[in-house]
Amino acid sequence: MRRILLFVPFIFCIVLGVLFVKGLSLDPTELPSAKIGKNFPSFELPSVRDADKVYTQTDMQGAVRLVNVWATWCPTCKQEHSYLNKLATTQGVEIIGINYKDDRAKAKQWLKRYHDPYIFNIYDEKGGLGLDLGVYGAPETYIVDKQGVIQYRHVGEVNATVWADLKVKMQALGWSAK
Amino acid sequence: MIAELGQYALILGLVMATFLAIIPMYGASTGNVFWMSFAKPLAKSLFLFLLISMLCLVYAFATDDFSVEYVAGNSNSALPIYFKLSAVWGGHEGSLLLWVFILTCWIFAVAVKSDGLPLDISARVLSVLGMVAVGFASFTLITSSPFERLLINTPVEGADLNPLLQDIGLIIHPPLLYMGYVGFSVAFAFAIAALLSGKLDVAWSRWTRPWTNVSWAFLTIGITLGSWWAYYELGWGGWWFWDPVENASFMPWLAGTALVHSLAVTEKRGLFKSWTLLLAIFTFSLSLLGTFLVRSGVLTSVHSFAADPERGLYILVLLAITVGGSMLLYAIRAYDMKSESDFELCSRETLLLINNLVLVTICAMILIGTLYPLLIDAMGAGKISVGPPYFNALFVPFSLILCFFMAIGVSLRWKKSSVSALVKQLLPSLIISVILGVVAAYLYNEQMTLKATIALVLSFWVLISLGLDVYSKVKNSSVKILAVKKMPISYWSMQLAHLGVVVSLVGVALVATYSQERDIRMQVGDSIEMEGYRFEFKGVEKRQGPNYTSDTGTLVVYKGDNFFAKMHPEKRFYPARGTVMTEADIDAGAFLDIFVALGEPLADGAWAVRLQYKPFIRWIWLGGLMMMFAGLLSAFDKRYKRRDKQRSTSTPVASLA
Repeated sequence: MRRILLFVPFIFCIVLGVLFVKGLSLDPTELPSAKIGKNFPSFELPSVRDADKVYTQTDMQGAVRLVNVWATWCPTCKQEHSYLNKLATTQGVEIIGINYKDDRAKAKQWLKRYHDPYIFNIYDEKGGLGLDLGVYGAPETYIVDKQGVIQYRHVGEVNATVWADLKVKMQALGWSAK
Repeated sequence: MIAELGQYALILGLVMATFLAIIPMYGASTGNVFWMSFAKPLAKSLFLFLLISMLCLVYAFATDDFSVEYVAGNSNSALPIYFKLSAVWGGHEGSLLLWVFILTCWIFAVAVKSDGLPLDISARVLSVLGMVAVGFASFTLITSSPFERLLINTPVEGADLNPLLQDIGLIIHPPLLYMGYVGFSVAFAFAIAALLSGKLDVAWSRWTRPWTNVSWAFLTIGITLGSWWAYYELGWGGWWFWDPVENASFMPWLAGTALVHSLAVTEKRGLFKSWTLLLAIFTFSLSLLGTFLVRSGVLTSVHSFAADPERGLYILVLLAITVGGSMLLYAIRAYDMKSESDFELCSRETLLLINNLVLVTICAMILIGTLYPLLIDAMGAGKISVGPPYFNALFVPFSLILCFFMAIGVSLRWKKSSVSALVKQLLPSLIISVILGVVAAYLYNEQMTLKATIALVLSFWVLISLGLDVYSKVKNSSVKILAVKKMPISYWSMQLAHLGVVVSLVGVALVATYSQERDIRMQVGDSIEMEGYRFEFKGVEKRQGPNYTSDTGTLVVYKGDNFFAKMHPEKRFYPARGTVMTEADIDAGAFLDIFVALGEPLADGAWAVRLQYKPFIRWIWLGGLMMMFAGLLSAFDKRYKRRDKQRSTSTPVASLA
């Protein structure tokens, strides 16, 4: 019995090894979504800034926009935040924020501290909208067209490289920079 | 020319490492003294070549040789000289060379200090270390040599060192951390040697213990410095982020702490042998895993330098060979490691076992949290990040459990303690600690929290237990001072380390509970009150630094009505990379830090200002320092020295060859 037990660490290592090999071959940011080509899921959630203001899926329509899922507990969100600021101010990109499984006070403080690139922010405290969207974690960024249909999904940080790609996709949908 | 010399020395180092990995190992397995005696000279020459290689890279940095790609990417002629030198390990390639160099330092130290060891053991140990060196030296040479040239289009100016790394903390943090990481390779090599030879006796544990304690001490101070650096340099005022890279250094520390304790049992009582071996392998494996996680870009992190799948694959193969191979060896050979004695349920052994279980559980839980995103990704389910809530929710209760058992553990005897005597000793001290802890928590702040109060109670309890243990050791001798002096160094270092844990615990509990922070908009002349301190904003002016321009703010802080401090937080702009850095100003004190950082400039000359009140934060690092000194001190215990003398006078086998 003890003989067999001694092999446990070895087997554990093999399993981890297989995991890492798979992990390496994955592009950490590429991810298809079942929601692409579908309407934005229906929701009724308050704004981050104002608990009385309620947004619904119809607010997602009207322009080609980015929808950015973020949270104050997510270090990568902090990393990409300044880039979002830049996109909003220099390129005129309209970004809708979904504040995901977060604390309202902290989120407000964050927006005050690091500037607010969003045209508005949906407060998804329980993560229900995130669940409907198929969010695995923050940050995630979606392209939503004029009809409120999800056209693309990016998982992970938005930076210059990612933006180059997003920009082409948004322009194909009829968007143009400021 | 110098860069080529460095490359050449690195290649020669690899050759020496290859010889070291093969020849003495072959000698040890065939019992050939001649081949075995090659171990030490090979080890020393390996060190020499890596030293040359390292010095060449340092020289390239010192002379601003931008034709070397790595120098051009990480340095700048405007950098002060000390940052030029620390830029040597500011990027991926240099970090790796430093890793290998430190490994050879350890190999050199083992070679010099191992005269008292039986020749076959020292040959095997050095040979295993040689194998590790082969792996990493070839990795450096093949995938990431820092000596690559940019002979066409040689830049006239370097891209500058990442401003985050332009800091005293970063000059010393990586070398110390690597000293710890890599130092565990010695314990690992001893474990492999024991498995190969089938011999694991008291002498073995005595040999392994000081090396393990010293590497543990380095890792402790490395982590402590990292936390301190993050606190003042990242500008967020946080001191631990549960970032994958931090976790990567914390996991080997936890496993190493377990190893330090389990080695104590193996030495004193001949127990837990196969467990100790497993921990030694695990600890080093986790160090390698840390290197893999940081260097491969498998996990995204604020610390990651370059994400490169090819490098990742190479480290993975290295990991597979080292860890997989040693685990297989363990599975086959550890069966023969039998315990030499028994122990009762109420004994120090049991408590140390609990200590090990708790530490390994914490380690496993951090491993799961760190790798979970990768696991989800590998199963095709996407990319997520596991946030601090997960880690805090699990780490806090477990570390309190650990301290609870620490208070009991230090009061117990080896082999068997009487339960009634234990209760008689611990119950009154527990009651006193509860009273003291609750009173202290209340006096400190009337809004008590459960966690902080429990932490304070436990701190008092451990403290009293440590004191009682010293008292019980001296109470029977007539001259108490003499009895105190007679106690071995290892005893005092143990007390000091445990005291360090208490100090850190108090710091963590209080800073996590009573920190205050405000982010506010301030105009010249504005003032704000926080926790009895008044901050007055005097405005911001432009200044010019050596390789940056700075917006320097001035705030005057009053405590009540009295002047307390004048603080100058900065916002620096580094033109070479176009990066902006927040330099917080911290008024540090033994019981309180006041932390001021400049945010963004707002309209009408106002600024966003971040003010923080951080009680007892220094205690976290003070505890770390105490643990480090304890680890270093323990290596000077007489019983390690005495044995050195005895053995070296009794004709070592090596000199016959």
